[in-house]
Amino acid sequence: MSAEEPVSEGVLLDVRALRIAFAGAFASTSANTQPLLLAVDGVGFQVAAGETLALLGESGCGKSASALGLLRLLPAAGRMVGGEVRFEGRDLLQLPEAEMRTVRGGGMAMIFQEPATSLNPVLTVGHQVGEVLERHLGLTGRAANERSLELLTAVGIADPARRLGEYPFQLSGGMKQRVMIAVALAGNPRLLIADEPTTALDVTIQAQILELLRSLQAERAMGMLLITHDLGVVAQMATRVGVMYAGEIVEEAPRDDFFSSPRHPYTQKLFAALPDLAQRGGRLETIPGQVPALAEMPTGCRFAARCAHAWQLCRQQSPEWREVAVGHRVRCHLYSEAGGGHSPGDGGVPTGAAELSATIATTARQRAPEPTLLVVDDLRVHFPIRRGILQRTVGYVRAVDGVSLALARGRTLALVGESGCGKTTVGKAILQLIMASGGSVRLLGQELGGQSRSALRPLRRRMQMIFQDPFASLNPRLSVGEIIGEGMHALGMVGKAEQGRAAAITAVLQQVGLDAAATDRYPHEFSGGQRQRIAIARALAVQPDLVICDEPTSALDVSVQAQILNLLGTLQDDLGLAYLFITHNFAVVDHLAHEVAVMYLGRIVERGTVDEVLRSPSHPYTRALLSAVPSPRLAMHPRSQPEYIRLPGEIPSPANPPAGCHFNPRCRQATAVCRERYPETSTLTTTHTVNCHLYAPDQVNSQVGVSVE
Amino acid sequence: MTFLPVILWSDVLIWLLVLAAFLLAWLSVHNPLLRAAWQRVGRSRAGMASATVLIVFVAVGLLDSIHYRPRLENWEGHREAQGAAHAGQGEKPAAYAIEVLSLLDRLLTPLRTQIEKTYSEPLATRAYAKEAIELRAADGQIRQTRDYPRLKHGGAHLGADEGERDADVAWRLLRALGVGVLVWLTVATAVAAGLARVAACSQREAWRRIWHNESAFAWNAVLATIGGLLLVLLPVATLAVDYHVFGTDKVGQDVLYQIVKSVRTALVIGLVTTLVMLPLSILLGVLAGYFRGWVDDLIQYLYTTLSSIPGVLLIAAAVLMMQVVIDTHPQWFETAAERADLRLLALCFILGVTSWTGLCRLLRGETLKLRELEYIQAAQAFGVADLRIIVRHILPNLMHIVIIALVMDFSSLVLAEAVLSYVGIGVDPTMISFGTMINNARMELAREPMVWWSLAAAFVFMFTLVLAANLLADAMRDAFDPRLAGSA
Repeated sequence: MSAEEPVSEGVLLDVRALRIAFAGAFASTSANTQPLLLAVDGVGFQVAAGETLALLGESGCGKSASALGLLRLLPAAGRMVGGEVRFEGRDLLQLPEAEMRTVRGGGMAMIFQEPATSLNPVLTVGHQVGEVLERHLGLTGRAANERSLELLTAVGIADPARRLGEYPFQLSGGMKQRVMIAVALAGNPRLLIADEPTTALDVTIQAQILELLRSLQAERAMGMLLITHDLGVVAQMATRVGVMYAGEIVEEAPRDDFFSSPRHPYTQKLFAALPDLAQRGGRLETIPGQVPALAEMPTGCRFAARCAHAWQLCRQQSPEWREVAVGHRVRCHLYSEAGGGHSPGDGGVPTGAAELSATIATTARQRAPEPTLLVVDDLRVHFPIRRGILQRTVGYVRAVDGVSLALARGRTLALVGESGCGKTTVGKAILQLIMASGGSVRLLGQELGGQSRSALRPLRRRMQMIFQDPFASLNPRLSVGEIIGEGMHALGMVGKAEQGRAAAITAVLQQVGLDAAATDRYPHEFSGGQRQRIAIARALAVQPDLVICDEPTSALDVSVQAQILNLLGTLQDDLGLAYLFITHNFAVVDHLAHEVAVMYLGRIVERGTVDEVLRSPSHPYTRALLSAVPSPRLAMHPRSQPEYIRLPGEIPSPANPPAGCHFNPRCRQATAVCRERYPETSTLTTTHTVNCHLYAPDQVNSQVGVSVE
Repeated sequence: MTFLPVILWSDVLIWLLVLAAFLLAWLSVHNPLLRAAWQRVGRSRAGMASATVLIVFVAVGLLDSIHYRPRLENWEGHREAQGAAHAGQGEKPAAYAIEVLSLLDRLLTPLRTQIEKTYSEPLATRAYAKEAIELRAADGQIRQTRDYPRLKHGGAHLGADEGERDADVAWRLLRALGVGVLVWLTVATAVAAGLARVAACSQREAWRRIWHNESAFAWNAVLATIGGLLLVLLPVATLAVDYHVFGTDKVGQDVLYQIVKSVRTALVIGLVTTLVMLPLSILLGVLAGYFRGWVDDLIQYLYTTLSSIPGVLLIAAAVLMMQVVIDTHPQWFETAAERADLRLLALCFILGVTSWTGLCRLLRGETLKLRELEYIQAAQAFGVADLRIIVRHILPNLMHIVIIALVMDFSSLVLAEAVLSYVGIGVDPTMISFGTMINNARMELAREPMVWWSLAAAFVFMFTLVLAANLLADAMRDAFDPRLAGSA
């Protein structure tokens, strides 16, 4: 712990041995009988002016509780059990509430994860910024108005005078987050706490916001405490990194050290679990088990139960801090004198064996493509916009506007794009959960559109869906057995024999790596990753050929995501499943997909094999999208970050798409022809097509220079 | 047979509800999720205390729901000679009293039959108003004096020693309290012993757990409530034998008896109404929310229209029509009790038909939310039939709202009955209910000197009943609402 170190100059925030506990689950008037569960146990760190400390950890590790604790904004059940929070020399935990209010917003300000809920929907933007100005700077009237304008300009909002009078619902998600940052900056804070500031945003918007935060920090020499689970964001933003696990900080290091030589086994595993090109098609490293529950924290090292290097000492004694390099500290017995015999460092880095298995899998995957399973041709889904008393249709939201796809057995097609581009709607329209307005969907040569429910039923067996949120996709009132058995029952499989069905359920549970005893338990008894396994089991139970995966890992932590991706890969190899993988995560695409289709505003703008699209992207949108993805590796890594292409603005409304090429208002290479008509499909190779005027047949010769740019 | 069982329609419904409650209990034992929710209710101390009070009310109501007509010994004779009634006494067909009694009436026979002339204060030995009394003086002359006449039954055992009343009351109270403490200790020891056997620990340890709030069930609240109830009910019971504990009303009837009889009316109104309301609101709400489109439009139109009509107006119109029907068909009813009962049911029905809109709207909204959830879409992707989706996926996830609404509506319906009876469109005037008591109190409060006890007693009991129901509703909402209960 940092308690022994002298406080160096310029330290803004000094947290020592912070302990935060939550009262037990059952609310009662007598608090003394309630067990207190320690969510944060002895966390200590320092933030200096002008530096960014990133607190990295998976969900439930106590990073948000720590941040809220610093501001003394814990929820009702939370208690500060001990520790010290020194901010500019004052111990915040001793301050009276009245003084604490000047610290919040004035001394340190916070940006929350969800911009949609952190602004008050019934107050104008000007009011919400002005509130802080009045409280902390005493500005009112014209002075406050001018300052608000400056702030909105500073956070990069165009036409700030107009925006001041607008309400949050009139702003887009990225704009709301900018307003939120403006509100946070209004009190001139010395420290900014950003709690997952970009998690709810698309990659292109995320890149904009991160860039904004960086420049604001440099301008104002603010300290920043960045809380995130995303290694890519850490790589871009942090000066120092603290890794949290189960309520403790287990490793703290300067960024470069952290990325070049992570020391703690947990950190190493985290890196290894990231899907990446190097392990394409192979198995990802996973961390076995799960984070221990608050009520049953082990006495020794908290990671011991999941650690490959753990030995007797780890289970008995909690490790002390060890300095392994300048500013690089780690809490692990491997680096203590007693652990000298154990070789540190090499555990998590992918070894030769992993690469070998990757190549084997890759060769297995490149077998001859089988006959086409799913053909989608010119699929359209238009939602009518109705207005007035008579509900006349005044227009259409073109959620999906002419999408064509083909998918063969045993292959994975990734459908990528920002939120609102219609990729989920495509999935649901293929499954006939949403009626298509036009086009055809053919599965195994049979047309799905326009069929009656009974005619569709035999085809429903062939295709299933895995949903994004494992907490919303399982009925909490049914046991796991009933959930999995439902599809078999509805589709009339296994007949009426209870015995046969129970055996089938057990078999499919084992297939997804769950115990047969899970049958009688209820979804709430399982963790997020296990729930997603149940959802996969439900889909598999009817033995489909096609599985539509709608962002199946976006709600999961990195280590759990790796488990699910591995499972999906194994199932594809064993059963020859075809996946239509809907995602916005390029790392996952890179790892899992054979082909990629990029969607923008209801249309596919680029299609090709994964190498073609991700290594040599052609469409300006694809290139911008790829450049915006923060890489979880430092620039020294061979696959360095491509130059960031800034995408101005946000995705337009599909009710009123721009004329010509939909992308032209945001495209740097747009020409006159782009504003006039939608580009034809140009074929670059036999598998690679793109819809862009830059590659139109008559222009290819003149455009070569541009595309290389 | 010494009596003729009478089955009123409301009795049937009440016992059906009891059956349904047992069914729910059976289901709860077998469904781990429901069981967990009920265990959360069991942990809530306020909830368990109010449940104990409610159980007493329900027990009274159930005792009052077994009706019979006693057999008349002979045309002029009365029921006293029941022991002598032999089956073979006469060949002529047995005659039964036209008065319908309940088991509760039988238990409360002294209260029911000891009728004074008119008003008397609680625990009084003399009437509340002066009267001209003829007294035969020692010299044999009859003299008229104006004085408070001696009550026929209130404190009759004291004879001429009316001054002894306070001492007598105090002695009875003391005795009752003593008995109460004894009974309570017995109950508490039995609970501790039972708990000790279940948890396999010493009785002392079980005792400590109860009072340190460490038992899984809020036994301390239950025991404390039982203690409180004993300390109130036992003294009332011992006093009620010889006094009018809450005084008498205008026609000399014991107010305590009226109060106890009102409990059943309140329960019927509160529970049977929800029976009418639930099917309507669940069916229409789920249909509107699940199918959307024109079904939704139609149902929304229906309930918006219905809830725009002033409720009291609608109820008044319906009740008056009902009354006309009842009055023009006297041949339908054998006894006055049956007529009053039908009118009570009609009121329940009308209240149910006018009050389903709120719950329906709530359920429609929840269904709209549920149908977009991914597990419903997963079921649709399997081609599961709509009806099955509704029954398996939507209804169970609505159940917490239904249970909460049921308990919450109970108290508001009990209050509504009081208001409607006050306006004169409530239950039959011959039926004793909190509403009719309050309605009568209107005149009593206006007279001088004021008669306050009738209203006060009705108020205290109704307040206790509604408060207990509300507290239990709170505890159940906390336990059943998935958002508050944490896990789904």
